[in-house]
Amino acid sequence: MLFKHTISLGLLMGALGASVASAQSLVYCSEGSPEGFDPALYTAGTTFDASSHPLYNRLTEFKVGTTEVIPALAESWEVSEDGMTVTFNLRQGVQFHSNDMFTPSRDFNADDVIFTFNRQKNDDHPYNGVSGGTWEYFDGMSMPDLVESIEKVDDYTVVFNLSRPEAPFIANMAMDFASIVSAEYGDAMLEAGTPEMLNQAPIGTGPFAFQAYQKDAVIRYLRNDNYWGDPARVESLIFAITPDASVRYQKVQAGECHVTAYPNPADIQAMKDAEDIVVMEQEGLNVGYLAYNTTMPPYDNANVRRALNMAIDKQAIIDVVFQGSGQIAKNPIPPTMWSYNDAVVDDEYNPELAMEMLAAEGVEDLNMKIWAMPVQRPYNPNARRMAELMQEDFAKIGVTVEIVSYEWGEYLSRSRELDRDGAILLGWTGDNGDPDNFLAVLLGCDGREASNRAQWCHQPFEDLIQQAKVLPTQEERQPLYEQAQVIFKEQAPWATIAHSVVYMTMRPEVDGYVVHPLGGHIFNQVGLSE
Amino acid sequence: MLNYVLSRLFTFVPTFIGVTLISFGFIRVLPGDPIVVMAGERGLTAERYAELEAQFGFDRPLYVQFWEYLTGVLQGDLGNSFVTKRPVWDEFFALFPATLELSLCAMIFAVVIGLPAGVIAAVNRGKFYDRALMSTALIGYSMPIFWWALLLIIVFSGNLQWTPVSGRIDLIYYFPDPTGFMLIDSITSGQKGAFGSAVRHLILPTIVLGTIPLAVIARQTRSAMLEVLGEDYIRTARAKGLAPGRINGVHALRNALIPVITVIGLSVGTLLAGAILTETIFSWPGIGKWMVDSIFRRDYPVVQGGLLLIAVAVMIVNLTVDMLYGVINPKIRKR
Repeated sequence: MLFKHTISLGLLMGALGASVASAQSLVYCSEGSPEGFDPALYTAGTTFDASSHPLYNRLTEFKVGTTEVIPALAESWEVSEDGMTVTFNLRQGVQFHSNDMFTPSRDFNADDVIFTFNRQKNDDHPYNGVSGGTWEYFDGMSMPDLVESIEKVDDYTVVFNLSRPEAPFIANMAMDFASIVSAEYGDAMLEAGTPEMLNQAPIGTGPFAFQAYQKDAVIRYLRNDNYWGDPARVESLIFAITPDASVRYQKVQAGECHVTAYPNPADIQAMKDAEDIVVMEQEGLNVGYLAYNTTMPPYDNANVRRALNMAIDKQAIIDVVFQGSGQIAKNPIPPTMWSYNDAVVDDEYNPELAMEMLAAEGVEDLNMKIWAMPVQRPYNPNARRMAELMQEDFAKIGVTVEIVSYEWGEYLSRSRELDRDGAILLGWTGDNGDPDNFLAVLLGCDGREASNRAQWCHQPFEDLIQQAKVLPTQEERQPLYEQAQVIFKEQAPWATIAHSVVYMTMRPEVDGYVVHPLGGHIFNQVGLSE
Repeated sequence: MLNYVLSRLFTFVPTFIGVTLISFGFIRVLPGDPIVVMAGERGLTAERYAELEAQFGFDRPLYVQFWEYLTGVLQGDLGNSFVTKRPVWDEFFALFPATLELSLCAMIFAVVIGLPAGVIAAVNRGKFYDRALMSTALIGYSMPIFWWALLLIIVFSGNLQWTPVSGRIDLIYYFPDPTGFMLIDSITSGQKGAFGSAVRHLILPTIVLGTIPLAVIARQTRSAMLEVLGEDYIRTARAKGLAPGRINGVHALRNALIPVITVIGLSVGTLLAGAILTETIFSWPGIGKWMVDSIFRRDYPVVQGGLLLIAVAVMIVNLTVDMLYGVINPKIRKR
């Protein structure tokens, strides 16, 4: 009888429409599950959304909505004249969260900073191998070579000794892998024999504290009432994990979630037309490109590469592949990044001229391969389709294209080879908002046979980016990067294809959401109006 | 009966070893290196690659890796996921109850509707009810799950707002889940309305997942019933003037059940491993999606361990079905 009552009550509630949690709970329908909650161990944006943004702080942080670096757990910092030491002055009175296993006995201090980085850097650190110990971002950003040592001057002063001057270092400290974890919690868990709790039951200093995670279903956070900065505007934050984009659309429409990301491109117009859904958009911090192998003839000739670039109808790609949710790329860095050179003029779409240019270079009956990625990426939602469009475009100028593809791991490995046969479709999503993170990583001489898939090494370009890397201020670096983009365009190691547009969809009552150019979804200052 | 059970259990041993070997070999046959996939576009240096290779044990010969895996399995250690770094065992048991709950509900739904539908169709052979029911079953069997699920969501959750779109329970309910079965945990939580919410969340995924088994069961019941209804003893029963309800319900159905139960058993096995689409669409935190994600990420321990555990679950279901044969047909258990 009791059950009957419960069921009928339940059905009645259902008939009235499922509602989201209380007005003070913000529900975000996320696209996937986090791999864990210690951001330093992982590289996926979905993991960072669930860990570094709500739970932790870093020494420096990106101002939400910009790539500007601002003070966070470090109130200020000084870079020595030779650029080899960076001194951080730490914020006082910052408290870590607590949970059933741990209550902090002291505030955040220099020991936590040293613990955070040394566990990633030193092979003999007791936490180096915990939870798999794959510190991919720390390694990927060359931190083991860059950071020679970290010294504690006093409880609130830490010095990083670097092996070379590196301007992007301050921005690196704002990246997710640099999220500050509690040394005291680390010690307590090591003593308890459960060091993996650092990853599974996270303790941070962030605006929200971890409450619970039900795998592949729900993550719950509670507001940190002792937060050092502006407190979160909602009492609780809930991530409802919803992998299917069509279902996320239905859920936001039914009011089961307040905010959701990654809509189907085909649904965007209907969402914009819907009264109870607000759609926000911004260019993503990414670029999709076609990289020639510049070591192989005839692609070692810049004129040939430019001629091929002129044969690609990029607008058709934006329309067909991105279904409008993309923007033509003319530079190798996205427009939201500082130093983006808007004065650069893109190659015009001109198949006739392209044909003439190829003929002038003595290139006839060219057969080429285009590699199409087997996976979907923000910078390229459908590489196979993109390659087919290029195949048609190149056929118009007498170039025959064979499309090839490999399993993703094979694709990544084989595309690095110096003697690779063919031009490759790939892309990049920025890490730290610094142009060096695109230009040096993807086009620098050191990146050949690695992330520089064009195998391109052009000394005038290389000189500029190396010079810019060691200059201390943004103002000094900017003109060098702008010039580098001009050289890039002349030399055309890639055909720059597109920057994707990031869409966020939310209910009208969501207040204060800002689309972040670095791609994260941040709810620290998001509220719900009545 | 005990001998029968023991002999069935004994056949588990070679199956178990076979599954262990296949699950180990299967993921390694696929092209793609888990370390390269993990590094993504960023790539990694040769030194770092070698470090990770050693850390994951890929630098050792395959037979050594297999031996370590097998000894681990026998000690109950399935290894840790490369991705989440958590024990495969823990992940499986965090997710399996959700899959099992949904599969059982789908199967109950399929049996409760499919069995009577099959009987009605058989009894009315060639008439309107038979044609209508079997055409509907064919449509149900042929319907793409993805499309069917989205259609139901749009109509019942979107337009009519009778059911929630996805998930297992409304987010206002938060309680510990000692069993992992939401229907049970929602009752033991004592929170008002929680059970109703769990039931409402089950409705659409149950219908979607149960549709194909329902169609199969209905068709199988019909053909088994027709066969039995043509037997001499049924004719005798009719000649004796036994009531049609008793003939169909007791004499015919019981004998027609053996092939139907076989189909049900096989369907449960398929449901346990194959609820991937339903789980993805309804954001149902089960093992189907977990396994597929792991294959794409080349997460060897999860694929190996997950396949093994699913295989064991299917073997248990098959054993149960075999036991049921014995219950229904005493001749089998006496053999």
